[in-house]
Amino acid sequence: MIGQALLKEFQNILGKENVFREETDRLTYSYDAAVLDPVLPAIVLRPVASEALGAAVRLCNENSLPLTVRGAGTNLSGGVIPKSNGVVILTNSLDQILEINEEDLYAVVQPGVVTARLAAAVEAKGLFYPPDPGSQAVSTLGGNVAENAGGLRGLRYGVTRDYVMGLNFFDVNGELVKTGARTVKCVTGYNLAGLMVGSEGTLGVFNEIILKLIPLPAARKAMIAVFNDMGKASETVAGIIANRIMPVTLEIMDNFTIRAVEGFSHVGLPLDAAALLLIEVDGHPAQVEEDAVKVESLCRQLGAASIRIARDAAERDRVWEARRAALSALARLRPTLVLEDATVPRSKIPAMIGAIDRIGKEYGLTIGTFGHAGDGNLHPTILTDRRDKEEWKRVEKAIDAIFDWALRLGGTLSGEHGIGIAKSRFMEKEVGMASIVYSRRIKCALDPKNILNPGKIIGEATCTT
Amino acid sequence: MYDMKKLAALIGDLDEQLIVCMRCGMCQAVCPLFAETGRESDVARGKLALLDGLIREIFKDPEGVNERLMRCLLCGACAANCPSGVKVLEVFIKARAILTGYMGLNPLKKAIFRGMLVHPEFFDTLFEWGSKLQGIFTRPVDDLLGASCVRFMSPLSERRFKNLAPVPFHRLVRSLDTPWGASGLKVAFFVGCVIDKVFPNIAEASLKALKHHGVGVFMPEQMGCCGIPALSSGDTETFDKLVRYNLKKLSSERFDCLVTACATCTSTIKKMWPLMAGGLTGGEREQMEALAEKTMDVTEFLVDKAGLKEGDAEGEFERTPVTYHDPCHLRKSLGVAVQPRIAVKANPRYRLKEMAEPDRCCGCGGSFNLQHYEISAAIGRRKRDNIVQSGCSVVATGCPACMLQITDMLSQGGDRVLVKHAIEIYADALKEG
Repeated sequence: MIGQALLKEFQNILGKENVFREETDRLTYSYDAAVLDPVLPAIVLRPVASEALGAAVRLCNENSLPLTVRGAGTNLSGGVIPKSNGVVILTNSLDQILEINEEDLYAVVQPGVVTARLAAAVEAKGLFYPPDPGSQAVSTLGGNVAENAGGLRGLRYGVTRDYVMGLNFFDVNGELVKTGARTVKCVTGYNLAGLMVGSEGTLGVFNEIILKLIPLPAARKAMIAVFNDMGKASETVAGIIANRIMPVTLEIMDNFTIRAVEGFSHVGLPLDAAALLLIEVDGHPAQVEEDAVKVESLCRQLGAASIRIARDAAERDRVWEARRAALSALARLRPTLVLEDATVPRSKIPAMIGAIDRIGKEYGLTIGTFGHAGDGNLHPTILTDRRDKEEWKRVEKAIDAIFDWALRLGGTLSGEHGIGIAKSRFMEKEVGMASIVYSRRIKCALDPKNILNPGKIIGEATCTT
Repeated sequence: MYDMKKLAALIGDLDEQLIVCMRCGMCQAVCPLFAETGRESDVARGKLALLDGLIREIFKDPEGVNERLMRCLLCGACAANCPSGVKVLEVFIKARAILTGYMGLNPLKKAIFRGMLVHPEFFDTLFEWGSKLQGIFTRPVDDLLGASCVRFMSPLSERRFKNLAPVPFHRLVRSLDTPWGASGLKVAFFVGCVIDKVFPNIAEASLKALKHHGVGVFMPEQMGCCGIPALSSGDTETFDKLVRYNLKKLSSERFDCLVTACATCTSTIKKMWPLMAGGLTGGEREQMEALAEKTMDVTEFLVDKAGLKEGDAEGEFERTPVTYHDPCHLRKSLGVAVQPRIAVKANPRYRLKEMAEPDRCCGCGGSFNLQHYEISAAIGRRKRDNIVQSGCSVVATGCPACMLQITDMLSQGGDRVLVKHAIEIYADALKEG
């Protein structure tokens, strides 16, 4: 454990006020947003400068202390649940936007900058940072990069990975490793940034991140299409893309979710609709008009019962209010909510929605489904009560079944929430043992004492396997 | 040592509420305290996890939990933004009561609540003495805002506070009972401690406006405190006594609504009395619930019931820009945001201009301000900056506690901005008599 001498060293590096030792404080860093048991860390550190961050990492390695870096703690796969003898390193005091470059279109940030804060700061300059994970109001960019976070705009604008131009990070020895550049093109050295994105804190500790920015689209238009048949709604998703239109956002909502949202926020959704598509197109005003007309006629051709186009900003806000309310509305129905993110190739959306429906019936569970249909990333949301042990067993079985179906349809375990500890046992099914062994070798080479967020993604890697 | 099993059982009653928190962490986006400290134990999710930890007997530190539970403004921003609808304030108030009942009330608070607050007559006398003596200990530092600071070196040396009024409201108007007026309405007027002792002018403005609208007023002699200082410190014993005391005072007369000009009193009577008052007889409970049901903010009453409308006044005036701060206890607790703005706009000498984040907490939080002045002031400075950036020379609000905090912050900033209650601004536009 952590003796007095080591404690003193941490205090010297970070300042006494940035070392949390009391059990009561440590307990508040024992969980994240995944439905998993909390684990109490041994100590919590809050570096306020890069140097202190690097020194703290080195000290952890020298003393073989497992360390977990934590941003806002919104992870949905247990990625920031620490080890019981471990250290939690908080990034929320490393929260400077170091540069927004309007000529070369990039921003340099510390890992603790909140996503929405950067988005607002660049928007004020007419620029755009598109990745918008659901937790963006609190989530940190360091966490977004570590998880390769997605969001509602994935279809047209991609995910966090597509905006990381470069970064520098501390290795386990506290040495600063640089990768990528402030240039559009860069082939200098291994693409270590590519390796770090989505590594969930297992390979290095981020210090600074260079993010790509793009011009803010001049116009946007949102609409809601109502379907009396789920199959037709999902065919329309495929139809829109097959017609070479790329909406920013193309969201689907099933009847259960529609009713929950309407009961919660009374935005005027049709209660008898089998499915809704919520669609937004953006770009040059002329193109937006053209796309909107095309999407409207496609929806009608492919069987939409009705379609409503938002005439102004207020109406557009109401469309997205309905979508944002989905999680809240579902969360209020039962005490526990399990939010999954199994993802399939988008042509398989109809099959996946059908499978989820059958799984809900088979295990006697309530599952509301909504999500980013345009990119194949669904959010089957299981409503339950984790105190009910019998029901919880059925929930676990249903989750297994959802994963099996996603894989069977050529999809993946996780579109945007990460593997963490919640899904690591399913990894082999999707990628095979060779891939896990290969990953463990990388981990072992870079982190021989296995101190960087151990247990995440690839399980308990030891350097003998 | 504490009996942790017993404590776990007591807090266990909150389990149905605690389980609702899904640890999504969205409360971090809106908590004014977390914005300053960045500590998870300062935000709702952290506190809920700590209470959960006590129930599950994961750890055994009720004192540590209580201490962290008290570090909260009770502003309700988290609850208003909670995706899963956790009734955060209800949980925190109940947990404070349970932990305080379990561990005992801190001796200083015990002396204040049970020795003074619970005896309104003695409490009033004490403050009148204070009002006479305050000149010895304080010196005026701000003529515009009427703020003072202490004369001697003390932990309070930075703070700028409003002096106690030379004559409290209950000396100006001891009691009142005017008949149903032209409006066909009669209200009971609940003054509240801060208005009585620091801002009697707000009570006078309220009575003037009520009279103007032909509303009869009943105001019994020597009303008590609404009970919130005791309740938020977990002292349900004092709270219960005060609820009973006030109920008795108000039981003798018929009226349509209970009206206050204090956001905190309104919210306490309307929300906390039904939720937390214990030891009442069946009849008393019925009376209390009926009373809570018809309790309203004074501007809410005037606009919704008595026909106050903006733009009634005629004539061209030079308009003073005024901005409005939403007290948490009006907007987040009761959803009252439009009516005080209408009251302000009804005065033709003012032009309302919104500040940024008008509904962000001013940082006062009642006794939070006394116990954690540094953090309270840091939160207050953000409010001050928003007020100053609005470019207005007056800031209006609906809560005397917010007014104390905002006065302190503006005075320390050396800003020439007047702090007024919305009802004062409205009453200024009405003819005398």
